[in-house]
Amino acid sequence: MKNDCIVGTSVPRKEGRDKVTGRAQYIDDMTLPNMLYGATVRSRVPRGKIKKITFGSGIAWNEFVVVSAKDIPGRNYIALIVDDQPCLADGIVNHSEEPIVLLAHPDRHMLPKAIDAISIEYDPLPAVFTIEESESSAQIIWGKNNTFKTYLVEKGDVDGVWGKADYIVEGEYRTGAQEQLYIENNGMIASYDPEQGVTVWGSLQCPYYIHKALMALCDLPADKVRVVQVETGGAFGGKEEYPSMIAGHAALLAIKSGRPVKIIYDRMEDMAATTKRHPSRTRHRTAVTKDGKILGGEIEFAIDGGAYTTLSPVVLSRGTIHAGGPYHWPSVRIRAKAMATNVPPHGAFRGFGAPQSLFAVERHMEHIAQVVGLSPIEIRRRNFLQPGQTTTTDQTIREAIDLEKLLDRALEVSDYHSKKQRFSKENQMGTSKKGIGVAAFLHGAGFTGSGERNLGSVVDVEACADGTVRVLVSSTEFGQGTKTVLCQIAAETLGLDYDDVTIAQADTGEVPNSGPTVASRTVMVVGKLVQSAALGIKQTLTTSGALERSYSPAEFRTACQNYVAAHGTFRSSARFEAPSDVFWDDEKYRGEAYAAFAWAVYVAEVTVDLSTYSVSVNDLVALQEVGKVLHPVLARGQIVGGIAQGIGYTLYEKVIWQNGRMQNSQMTNYIMPTSADLPPIRVFFEEMGNIHGAFGAKGIGELPMDGPAPSIINAVEDALQIRFDAIPLLPEDIFEKLATETISKSGPHSAGGVQSQ
Amino acid sequence: MTTNISSGGRAKCELSFTLNGEMRTVRVHPMERLLDVLRQELALTGAKEGCGEGECGSCSVLMDGALVNSCLVPILQAKSANIVTIEGLAAGEQLNCLQEAFLDFGGAQCGICTPGMILAASHLLQRNPQPSIDDIREGLSGNLCRCTGYVQIFEAVARAAHCRART
Amino acid sequence: MRSDPADYELVAPGNLREVVALLAEEPGTWLAIAGGTDVMVQYAAGKLPARKLVSIWNLPELRRIEVIAGEVRIGAGCTYTDLRENETVGREFPLLVNAASWTGGIANQNRGTLGGNIVNASPAADSLPALLAYEAELILVSVRGERRVPYLDFHTDYKKTKLASDELIRDICLSRRFSDYFSYTRKVGARQAQAISKVCIAALGRLDGEKVEDVRIAVGSVAPVPLRLLETERIVQGKAVEPSLLLLAKKIAVAEIRPIDDIRSTMRYRSTVVGNLVAEFLERLGANGRTT
Repeated sequence: MKNDCIVGTSVPRKEGRDKVTGRAQYIDDMTLPNMLYGATVRSRVPRGKIKKITFGSGIAWNEFVVVSAKDIPGRNYIALIVDDQPCLADGIVNHSEEPIVLLAHPDRHMLPKAIDAISIEYDPLPAVFTIEESESSAQIIWGKNNTFKTYLVEKGDVDGVWGKADYIVEGEYRTGAQEQLYIENNGMIASYDPEQGVTVWGSLQCPYYIHKALMALCDLPADKVRVVQVETGGAFGGKEEYPSMIAGHAALLAIKSGRPVKIIYDRMEDMAATTKRHPSRTRHRTAVTKDGKILGGEIEFAIDGGAYTTLSPVVLSRGTIHAGGPYHWPSVRIRAKAMATNVPPHGAFRGFGAPQSLFAVERHMEHIAQVVGLSPIEIRRRNFLQPGQTTTTDQTIREAIDLEKLLDRALEVSDYHSKKQRFSKENQMGTSKKGIGVAAFLHGAGFTGSGERNLGSVVDVEACADGTVRVLVSSTEFGQGTKTVLCQIAAETLGLDYDDVTIAQADTGEVPNSGPTVASRTVMVVGKLVQSAALGIKQTLTTSGALERSYSPAEFRTACQNYVAAHGTFRSSARFEAPSDVFWDDEKYRGEAYAAFAWAVYVAEVTVDLSTYSVSVNDLVALQEVGKVLHPVLARGQIVGGIAQGIGYTLYEKVIWQNGRMQNSQMTNYIMPTSADLPPIRVFFEEMGNIHGAFGAKGIGELPMDGPAPSIINAVEDALQIRFDAIPLLPEDIFEKLATETISKSGPHSAGGVQSQ
Repeated sequence: MTTNISSGGRAKCELSFTLNGEMRTVRVHPMERLLDVLRQELALTGAKEGCGEGECGSCSVLMDGALVNSCLVPILQAKSANIVTIEGLAAGEQLNCLQEAFLDFGGAQCGICTPGMILAASHLLQRNPQPSIDDIREGLSGNLCRCTGYVQIFEAVARAAHCRART
Repeated sequence: MRSDPADYELVAPGNLREVVALLAEEPGTWLAIAGGTDVMVQYAAGKLPARKLVSIWNLPELRRIEVIAGEVRIGAGCTYTDLRENETVGREFPLLVNAASWTGGIANQNRGTLGGNIVNASPAADSLPALLAYEAELILVSVRGERRVPYLDFHTDYKKTKLASDELIRDICLSRRFSDYFSYTRKVGARQAQAISKVCIAALGRLDGEKVEDVRIAVGSVAPVPLRLLETERIVQGKAVEPSLLLLAKKIAVAEIRPIDDIRSTMRYRSTVVGNLVAEFLERLGANGRTT
């Protein structure tokens, strides 16, 4: 058997050729015969009763297909966790941009005119837009108290720590909404016929989520709904749950018209109407000894979920579990809640709650350091989780992780100590100030707790007539390398050439449900199942005598061809079984939250220009321990890409809300970093194999999202000696803070050399 | 306006231009966007619509040798022009240096920005065969990528420059 | 794409004379479209009021750069790339060339035109402060003939200019007398590339010994129109460049501008940054801008 020849090397991307030649077919590149174009009429108020819908003059309405809530064959909900989100608003709207009416027409140019000609009268209801407004319960907009979900995590004896503390450090930290901004907007094509049922093709991450949603919406059995993923131009979580909505819309129009229907959003609609990262507010109150050791603390973690539940309980869960960071908390109480507001529901975005709570704890560590009189480095050293210790949810760290060593390496590579000294001197004068900051963090891979067990993912591997082997999974490719890595794993497992393995299109008519493509689980969880299923193929062939124990790729191909010729193609299935050492209590929210954690230390160097108050990141060192790196180019690409999004999250990307609607829903005004804004990003991997993942891999897709914000803001504080605890941090915010600080104090904390007006 | 607005209306016109080396003629409204004419009339879907406002560059094509955002070009202005799209960049099945480099260096992840990005890089290398990293950064600054963080794209372009120098 | 191409008429006569004749036939009806980098964005958003458009893209009469009698005449149809690639413009008008390099990405520079930038009259347009600083003059044409106007007061209010409804800008004339001045230009946007400016400044200066002999300071995005800071220029005239002058100049500059809070930035931020950049200009002038 070959040794790490394919796994561990950067083989060509399976779908790469199509991508570099422009042949890759995304959903808007496809048409079906007789196809109509669909569009959505959306609410213009954040909350209100729908009084009247008028279809105005000047439009040949008879040429249009019109769908409203009453046309829904099944139940008017997008099935996900809680059935509270209507597919089409029926009598009441709870957020701006909420879908109310659907239209379809053969000429896509007619749709904007038709939408303009529809006027909707509302009886407005008072709306709620912030966590504070929601939790005050002055206006109840959802359930009994506007609360989608709460969690309570308790460990040790929190109430007892305050008396023993030398210091009690408090802080409040906030993060804003962030738009995923995949370059390909959401799109779907649906077709319906009474025999086949509904088929949808689209840009999506989770075909089986859509499958489940369409069954309920269209009142169809499982075998009469088929969901096919086509080439998807970026997702990042933004196409995890939202596609069920747009698929539902396309399906309803297809059912009503009997013709295929394509719905493609333009950028303005996509930004304003679809999900974004949950805004958050975290409050820390921590008991610390004079040696800088955390005795315990209370953490309140709140996220803004928007108008309907969607995935808020799960985002809240991950944020809650990560709220303690990579530190040892002997005692902790974490109270978490997801609140309802009248904005479009927030949803999955790379990191999924962890970037929010990790930002808070990493900023808080800086403040603890200042209060205690230790450096940011020392405070972390003294509190890092050690093997054998337990996390905030009482999960024992079993792997031989050495966070101090990661920290040391990151400090060395980034030249942290000498830069910090040098900047401190150079900052005495000049029109800019430099700073360097560190963030240490962890990221759990796979679904939380019993999640993977509940998913019960299934993977098939098929032996084909031409002697190749085909992987069948519902895991989707959207740039992160799913197809490539899963084929690598199968090829390596079977000792084949990489080209001997293909992967099926993610089509629910063909592939089993291997769970959603989220939570950094694809390589670790699904990859492991691919391994098992592949071994099943080998076993069948060797048991039958068709194949010797030791063979070359050519011999395998021949054996497979012969076997299939004699017996037909066959599949080997593998189903997820929870490792016996992973226990989780859903009620107490305690136990083994994740099968594996990846660990990281990031170091950011920044310059703050004192004439324009803008921050530029000059260098970012990203050091992470991720188990085994299966494909170096893809892995590095994931880290760099995630860091770029993280830099955007920190310094550039601000959603401007007015009356619950995004005002800057265009690329001109929602600012994503360009190539000119990004620093050199230096990526380093430490490898420490993970027993649960394929070939020792852990998940890495989301990890890089957690580090940039705290490391950059820590660096800005280092540069200016001024505290910023909210992101995004724009030059205007820095300016305002400097102006107030300069007026209200002089001395070591004022930013010398800055003129306010 | 009291009459019903149905499709049809102002006159279409016939327009010819060179596309990927071949003369093409279309019959379209003069204000159709070049992007839509390519994608719909001519079934060349390599150019993509990411933003509709000339910010993302995923609709980039070459018009008379200059990189342009095809979402901002009314088709009438492309009359008699020489248009090159991603489909015209490589000869048949053979990939060019840029395409190979993008494959080797991870320059394409989800691939949606890739056609525009490769055209922008091609445009850059035509004018500046030995670009510095800053030249590459500037040359590609009008093409947004959300997946890669640009680093591997720059490496691919630098590599392609090297490879082109040898061929 | 929120407009229907079938609802629009676009013609391309191919020469300036016929374009101008068309504008005169139905004044206020025809919208001239050059590179489309503003018009087509409005069109795609469903927000273009005009239904009849006349293309002035690539008209030879508009897309040329000539040196005539001590001035450089830039055709209004020149693209930002044309400006960047022109040797004379690059050498003698760095404010303009820098602004051109900051306008959008390469693809938009290949299509956006100087004339279009002026007529679109966004107060945030990058090249307009440069034209103010160089004391540009415009040659406007119509069926009635041509007229030459100073650019200084060409913009009358937010998105309004002195262009008559049947007129086109044909040339932007730049005097060559500033070619040995110290030049300073900065754009402050939300990011390093492809950004609409929050504040931009284009300034020229010359010292006589220690004292300011002549300055021109123009700013964008801090008033309904691009602005020459005439008061600030007057105040610094003849004075030595020292910290007290910088503070005074800042104060006067901030008083001259009328910035607002908008989707991109705030009034207070813009005010302060303009002051900072004016001070920075004068400081660098003091350090570098000696007469030859």
